[in-house]
Amino acid sequence: MRTPLSRVIGRGSAKFGTEDYWVQRVTAVALVPLGIFFVFLILCVVGAPYEKAVAVLGSPWAAIPLGATVIAAVLHMRIGIQVIIEDYTPSDLGKTAFILLNNFFSALVALAILWAVAKLSFGM
Amino acid sequence: MSTKSKSGSGVERPLSPHLFIYAPSWTMVMSVVHRGTGAALYFGTLLLAAWLIAVGAGKSTYDTVSWMFNTWLGQLVLLGFAWSLLCHLLGGIRFLIWDLCYGFGEKERRWLAIGTYIGSGVLTVLVFIIGYIVK
Repeated sequence: MRTPLSRVIGRGSAKFGTEDYWVQRVTAVALVPLGIFFVFLILCVVGAPYEKAVAVLGSPWAAIPLGATVIAAVLHMRIGIQVIIEDYTPSDLGKTAFILLNNFFSALVALAILWAVAKLSFGM
Repeated sequence: MSTKSKSGSGVERPLSPHLFIYAPSWTMVMSVVHRGTGAALYFGTLLLAAWLIAVGAGKSTYDTVSWMFNTWLGQLVLLGFAWSLLCHLLGGIRFLIWDLCYGFGEKERRWLAIGTYIGSGVLTVLVFIIGYIVK
């Protein structure tokens, strides 16, 4: 016997269609203070001798918000670029390919930056 | 009109008129600039990754990358990065104001766009002046 629920599961709104929209807003709000922090951090390190740059970037006061900035920024940019791809790629195959590339690029760039920040923090 | 589309939806649908048929307005150009700066920042993350990896790699790599950012081309790229970041930041605040249901009037929309251009330009110059002073 089929219940009404089993007939509708998987059809219509799956209750997560707005997730990208919402994540885009949450990360945008987070990136307002984090973006300002990032500009100040760069100004603290710009032109600094090597030892000072390492000391500043490896301190938890810089590394933790920098890590947060990178995570929020990469989540934000992955969605933003996906919207641009969806708007302007004419073929379905190209769309799928570019969206895949976008996901790989975003993941790799996040891992590269977080790895570098971790290395500076723990001095490996 | 053919009935088979490239995108596989079955029907060739007419495209809506796009950017180029409209006379440019402050708000329309700001919309394009917001996308453009967003896309620029997407690739700008590579600069941040390269720089942080260079700091972690040791003094000689750090000095090489610092030298590259100090050439006129490097400075130009950093100027573009800084302006993109600040313009996208201010443009994003504009979107958050709209999300709170404010600023939809004709004048408000126009001034939010013009404010973003002016604000991002002034802040970028300010950041570069401070950068040169502390350096």
